[in-house]
Amino acid sequence: MGKPSRRQFLKIMGATGAALLAGKKAAVANEGHKINNETIGMLYDATKCVGCKACMSACKRVNGDYGSLSYERAKFDTDGLWDAPEDLSGSTRTLIKLFKQSEQEWSYVKYSCMHCQKPSCVSVCPVAAMTRDPETGIVDYNKNTCIGCRYCQVACAYNIPKFQWDRAIPQIVKCDLCKNTNLPKKGISACAEVCPAGAIMFGKRKDLLEEAEKRLRENPGKYINHIYGANELGGTNHLYLASMQFNKLGLPTLKDEAPAEFSEKIQHTIYKGFIAPVALYSTLCFIALKNMKKHGGEEGGHDTNTDKGGHH
Amino acid sequence: MGHDEYQVHEAKILTPSFIVLLTLTLIGFALIALRFIKGIGAVSNMSDGYPWGIWITYDVATGTAIACGGYAMAILIYIRNRMHYHPMIRSAILTSMFGYGLAGFSVMVDVGRPWNAYNFFVPSKWQVNSAMFEVAVCVMAYTTVLIMEFLPAILTTLEKTEWKTLQHMLDLVYGRLGMERPERIGDRLDKVKELAAWARPRLDKVLIFIIVLGITLPTMHQSSLGSLLLIASTKLHPLWHTGFLPLLFLINCMYIGYSIAILESVLSCYAFKRPFETKELSGLARIIPFLTVIWLCVVIGDLAWRGQLGKALSFDFYSRFFLLEFCLIACGSLLLFSKRKRESVRWLFVSAALIVLGGALYRFNVYLIGFNPGKGWHYFPALAEVMITVGIVAFEILGYQVLVKILPVLPKLHTREQHAAGHPMGEKA
Repeated sequence: MGKPSRRQFLKIMGATGAALLAGKKAAVANEGHKINNETIGMLYDATKCVGCKACMSACKRVNGDYGSLSYERAKFDTDGLWDAPEDLSGSTRTLIKLFKQSEQEWSYVKYSCMHCQKPSCVSVCPVAAMTRDPETGIVDYNKNTCIGCRYCQVACAYNIPKFQWDRAIPQIVKCDLCKNTNLPKKGISACAEVCPAGAIMFGKRKDLLEEAEKRLRENPGKYINHIYGANELGGTNHLYLASMQFNKLGLPTLKDEAPAEFSEKIQHTIYKGFIAPVALYSTLCFIALKNMKKHGGEEGGHDTNTDKGGHH
Repeated sequence: MGHDEYQVHEAKILTPSFIVLLTLTLIGFALIALRFIKGIGAVSNMSDGYPWGIWITYDVATGTAIACGGYAMAILIYIRNRMHYHPMIRSAILTSMFGYGLAGFSVMVDVGRPWNAYNFFVPSKWQVNSAMFEVAVCVMAYTTVLIMEFLPAILTTLEKTEWKTLQHMLDLVYGRLGMERPERIGDRLDKVKELAAWARPRLDKVLIFIIVLGITLPTMHQSSLGSLLLIASTKLHPLWHTGFLPLLFLINCMYIGYSIAILESVLSCYAFKRPFETKELSGLARIIPFLTVIWLCVVIGDLAWRGQLGKALSFDFYSRFFLLEFCLIACGSLLLFSKRKRESVRWLFVSAALIVLGGALYRFNVYLIGFNPGKGWHYFPALAEVMITVGIVAFEILGYQVLVKILPVLPKLHTREQHAAGHPMGEKA
């Protein structure tokens, strides 16, 4: 009695498995994603940075109201006189850190959103609060649609989006290249505008890449021979040059494929055109109705029996 | 399906366990209030490195799997055509309804900006690339489906009720006010009765399509719960990060579903002093090893294919949790291969408990233990965070305890004896 339906059930399970396998294979090919070099970004040259942190204060000054960024106290600072962020947070969009290899060897490093070409945060956001502008390549956040699920934080390999854990009305905070503040007014992000050492170059990705390659060519001994962000996770619009291994500066060693390509391929294979769920539903309906009909006769018999019993 | 298969469990509602559960629930809800006043950071140890703590891991990812009893039973009854399990479905649906409803509730506690959740209903905001979107929509739809599946139990009660308690209370209130209870209230109550009597047979006719929807939706979102972690390829340990996550989560929720149906039946029979449903349970228990064996084969095959078997046996932190999860599930299933053990309530309980623990640990491994955002990040749940989860679970058990005492949910004892005796007239004679 149960056998044909069990077989059908196993068939459905098999189909799901096959779909997943197909998704896995397709993901390895990774064909869909192409880097757009016409978008804008920043090139940060760690060897030029003097660690003055002017970029940090400019960022808070310009975006303070917009991102409701507040000052962060250090533990020793009971009077609250200093803004002393230890890391990127719900109050800090960009940060300069000093890495010391030894007393003689050290390097500054600037943290902020990498503005990925294929951003994981945009791929996972269920309500499209994270978006990537196809023209400029800016990865932006909209607090008016965000539900605060923090999936973007789980997804980001650079751990960039931050959440305001201490607020009753929290937001996700990350760099948006001054999209609504300095950029429309002055055509440049606030941090790049104020940098006195020329460590931050602002412009089109293709120009930044060209400049980075030129610097690598002209000073072969000075730099690690790698432009961080050129291909990492499908490419980022925030590029780095440094004299020290990038993973020591807190920039993780990553593959070239974007994780979003992998996950989206599997999800799309399962849900393509909504065919699989509809097919599953109709197959199950067919089986269930057949089973109900088969059982309906018996059930009727039972009912008459109990009815008779009741009359006695 | 007849509605005479079920009965109200006649017992006192105010028991000592009721008081304990109520206290835990109230503590939990007080802490939830604190969370909304002072922010999530005030009650939890979550951080930017570990943005998902035990609320998502337990309440949502694991809780909905544990609430898959209704799903697993529906597959068994309507798809594999084992109608003789039908008397067990209402209590399974009731626990599923609580599990999913409270998972949805705890998501609203967990998300930072719940007032924006209406965006899930705004088509222009839909982001179909997101596994989270799929999970959210499916879970909301499934919770609605579960309520509709449970509606017959409520409707039959409404149909038969005389509103004695309510009328008594109303009389008391009006008596205090020194007034007569107006006639129209009685009329209204009769209207409700009529409406219930009108709706029930109509609902019965379309119920099968709702039940099948209730099988399709969990198939979708339980696999998508696995898909959620596909993107964390740099953070989730390779022992768990695989393209098979959706498939593994789907099978995982099924064997947890059947195991939890066993646990639930044993526990409620024990608590409500009813005879154990050994025959039905040993039948259920036969299915579980088939599912776990498929699951274990996919896990091992996938690890071998990706060349990670060495990591699984390295006995480091991650490997130990992996082996623990693996052994719990394997041992639990191994016990169920023996016919003698399948027919003993004690062994049924032990093996089902092992499988639920192992299956739940798998979900914890994927969502929390195997998740490593990088150096310097640590997570262990805060006491307040745990108490909120405990409060939600306590509320779940509390609701179950109360509802089986006012609605016909548990299988009727004499019909079960009839089934066992093999002739339906037996009892009447």
